[in-house]
Formats: sequence, C-alpha cells, structure tokens
Amino acid sequence: MLSLDGICCRFGDTRAVDRVSLDIPAGQFVGIIGPSGAGKSTLLRLINRLVERSEGGIHFGSREITGLRGRALRQWRRDCAMIFQQFNLVDRLDVLTNVLVGRIADHGLISSLTMRFSEAERELAFHALDRLGMAHKALERAGNLSGGQQQRVAIARALVQRPHVMLADEPIASLDPGNATRVMDALRRINREDGLTVLVNLHTLDTARAYCDRIVAMRAGRVMFDGTARQLTPDVVRDLYGTDGLGQIDESVTSTSLRRLELA
Amino acid sequence: MTATCTIAAFEADYRNRRRRMRLFFWLVAAILAVALWVTTDMANFFRVTQITMPDGSREERWILLAGLPNLGDYVAKTIPDLNWSSLDADLVQWFWRWPIWADLLLETLLIAFMATSLGVAAGFLLSFPAAWNLSPSPLLTWITRRFLEIARTVPDLVWALIFVFCFGVGPMAGVLAIALHCAGALGKLYSEANENVDMRPVEGVRAAGGTWFEQMRYGVVPQVLPNTLSYTLLRFEINVRSSSIIGYVGAGGLGQELRTAVSLQEYTDLSALFLIILATVCLIDWGSERLRHRVIGLEGT
Repeated sequence: MLSLDGICCRFGDTRAVDRVSLDIPAGQFVGIIGPSGAGKSTLLRLINRLVERSEGGIHFGSREITGLRGRALRQWRRDCAMIFQQFNLVDRLDVLTNVLVGRIADHGLISSLTMRFSEAERELAFHALDRLGMAHKALERAGNLSGGQQQRVAIARALVQRPHVMLADEPIASLDPGNATRVMDALRRINREDGLTVLVNLHTLDTARAYCDRIVAMRAGRVMFDGTARQLTPDVVRDLYGTDGLGQIDESVTSTSLRRLELA
Repeated sequence: MTATCTIAAFEADYRNRRRRMRLFFWLVAAILAVALWVTTDMANFFRVTQITMPDGSREERWILLAGLPNLGDYVAKTIPDLNWSSLDADLVQWFWRWPIWADLLLETLLIAFMATSLGVAAGFLLSFPAAWNLSPSPLLTWITRRFLEIARTVPDLVWALIFVFCFGVGPMAGVLAIALHCAGALGKLYSEANENVDMRPVEGVRAAGGTWFEQMRYGVVPQVLPNTLSYTLLRFEINVRSSSIIGYVGAGGLGQELRTAVSLQEYTDLSALFLIILATVCLIDWGSERLRHRVIGLEGT
C-alpha cells in the first residue's frame, strides 16, 4: 500500500501539489488526469523523490519515504521505477546498456562506472526486452529507434529494477495511436502478470477509461475526483478542464485509441 | 474600420521599434569607433619618428613605414648562405646542431603529450562539478570554477617560471606548467559542453537509483564524448606550440635553443629552429585535424 498523506509541494508562491492524500493498494492501476499544470507530473516526482515535498508524508507499507537519504533513497527509487514522456534513454548507448541502467542501484561504484554487468544481469535485461518485443534491437543505439520502440526499452529498463511500483509520466503523449496502444497494453500486462502497482499520468480520457481501475483527477494541485471510470461523468469532466468557449468536451477529439478509430 | 485602425496602430508600433533598433545600432557603433581610436593612439600607431635620409638630412616619417625596413633587415640576417654547388655542406652548416635539436624536439613533443594527458584528466574530472546544471553543490561549482580560472588566466610561460623556481630547470617544470594551464582551459571548454547536455537521460539514471557519479557516467559522458575528443586534439596542437617556446624560461624543449640563439645573435640558428618548429607544428596540426574530422565524421553515422 502506497499512502500519500497531505502532501504539498510549493515552488515560490505557486502550489504545484496542494494537500493531496491518496491510498493506493498494491496492484492497482491508477490513472491521473487533469489539465496541463495541474500538478500530475510533480505528484509522481514527489513519490520517487525527484522533487522534494514541502509538507506531508509518503509511506510505502511501513517504510517512511520522505525521510530517506543516500543509499536508502536510491533503493527506493529502484523500487518505484519511472518512465517518462520523452523516454529519457541515453541516445548514444546501445539498447542493452540502457536497460542495464536499471540495475545500477545495486552496483558498487567501480563496477558501474566501468559498465561491468554480470551475465545474470544481462540475461535479465535481455529477457525484459524480449517480453516487450525489443530483443532484436538489443545492440542498436537507443537514439536510432522510433519513439514507440524507445518507450518500450524504457519500460524494460524499469522492469529490470524489479520494482513494486511503476510511475509513468505521460508515457504515450508523444506517440502515435499504434505505439500508444502497444505501450499501454504492455503496462497493463505488467500490472496483471507481475502484480505491480501502476500510476500513470494521462492526457487522453478514453485511455484512462479503457485501462485504469481507478481514476484520480487533479486540478490546480488538488484532487478533484477519485473514483472509477463509470463515475467520471461529463459533468465532472467539464468541471475539471473548464469550459471557457467550449460547449461540450468531446473525448473522441483527443482520442488516441485504435479501437475507436476503427469503429468510426 | 477597426481592422484598418489595428493595422495602422501596428504599423506605428513597428516603425517605432525599428527606429529604436537603428538608434541603438548606431550608438554602439559610435562607442566602438571611439574606443578603437583611443586604443590605437595609446598603442603609438599615430606616432611620427625622425629618420636619417640617404643624403644625411633628418625627416619626419610615420613610425609604421619608418620601421618596416628593419623587419626586412632582420629576416635577411637569418637567411643562411646556400650555394647550389655546395648545398649539402651548407645545409649541414645551417643545421649544425641537429643532434642536439633532434633530442630537444623529441623532448618538446613528449612535454606536450604528457602535459596534455595530465591536463585532460584534471580538466575532465573538474568539468562536472564546474557545470551549474550538474554540480552537487553551488559552493563546489564556485570553488572549481575559480580554480580553473586561475589555472588558465596565468599564461603557461609564467607557470613555467614559477615551477622552474620550485623544481629546477628541466622538462618537469614545463610539463607541470603546460598541464596546469591546459587543465584550466580544457576544464572550461568541457564544462560548457556539459552545460549543454540533454538533462533527460540524467533524470532517467537518477530515477533508476543512480548515484551522482553514475548519473555523470551514464547520462552525461556518452553525450559529451565526441566534443571532449575534439577539444582534446585541438589542445594537443596548442600544447605543442607552447612546449616549443617554454624552454625560453628553462622548462625544457627547443625553446632553450631559441633563447641561446637570440642572446648570442646566431641569426641562422634562429631560422633553422624556426623551420623545425614550423614543420613540427604543421605536421601535428594536419594529423590531428584529420583525426578530429574523422571523429566528427563518425558522429554523422
């Protein structure tokens, strides 16, 4: 169970995240939606401590997260892997090494600086790539892959961290519909097969409806809605995104789903 | 109606902005022109000097024209007597100290090589804390930057003087002097390359639980490596030039021969040494430039 307890994050006068409290049971697939600047990204980065909180606490089971330092903090980051909108791979390294970056939290300084990994680790990385259908690209430069392929490599990197939680920050925002579907399917499979808790930021409502057990909506740093896809009514959506100059929000306009396109 | 109004307002705005830009341009141009005039005057460019004409009378001439013939005289003195019939003997005569010069040339190159190696190692390590975007603490950045500044603003010839005083005459002083200056210059260049890296891979490594060292090794080094190599080769060229003069203050290499030749007024020795240095520097420049282009060319693939 991952619990956020009145977590706040201020940058100067702006409150990026404002007193958010959430309890997320293990194995849940949670989608976080909301307009740009609502604090979705900051919320995820607060959890793996890429951003420091101003107030509040985070617990994972009995582990207190906000006070971790040094080695313990790096191990927590290993335990809650993150994938990013822009993939954040090292373009000039090959795919396999990029995936092995997921193992460095358990390495000593010398062996990681010389990029020496054990055979078992390479096997683990290769297996993770294979699971995402990327094994045939293992020795190619990461920068030469397409966006969708890079995101799958990033997921493989996250997998070899053997995490308990997967944080995904707009993982499909810069992908075409086909790759977006592949990436979301991969996340769902990991969620179902490995029992990983998944927290994913999304821009597209229909993706959130299709994949998430639970949807959390944020606006101006606060949680406005917390429930299932069915409870997310058009009224809630209008409230969330604001309707200045808009009559109605048509979810199919922003849709990246292939299924919907095929139906139309 | 409103449309024409908006356009008219926009045109007026646009004209105003253009006028301000033009005014600013001419203001800067005028300031630069005055500054140039003042500095040329301070550098004696407008001085007039008296020279003796062939008929014995004294006349006033602009210093630049009056002094120019001296350059010709100096160069003429350094040209040796070479005759086609006895070319071999004349050449041997010209390069009469060649065994010593060959030794010193080798020493010059070794000084440059070792100084570059040491300078690259120090500069590369310091370039990470010296980059604002990467440094673990602002204080560390401040300290590293000041150190690099001091190392590179003091000319290597001055470092050499200090080290000759500390460690005595010989190539070790030269190596240390050039290495220190080189570390300062390269550290600055490397750190600028570091400041231009894409931070997303670094964040990726950090999110996977990497330490600061691992973030640098995996996130930054692969990105800056081609730049680093290119700067390093460029610096090697510069260091060969430096090491060929640094002997002037007793820090090893060919420079000491230059000094002897100047003080003993051995003009033909000067031209011989000049040719040796020129040929070496050209060769190194040419070779390293090809290597550099190869490195940059590899980038494209």
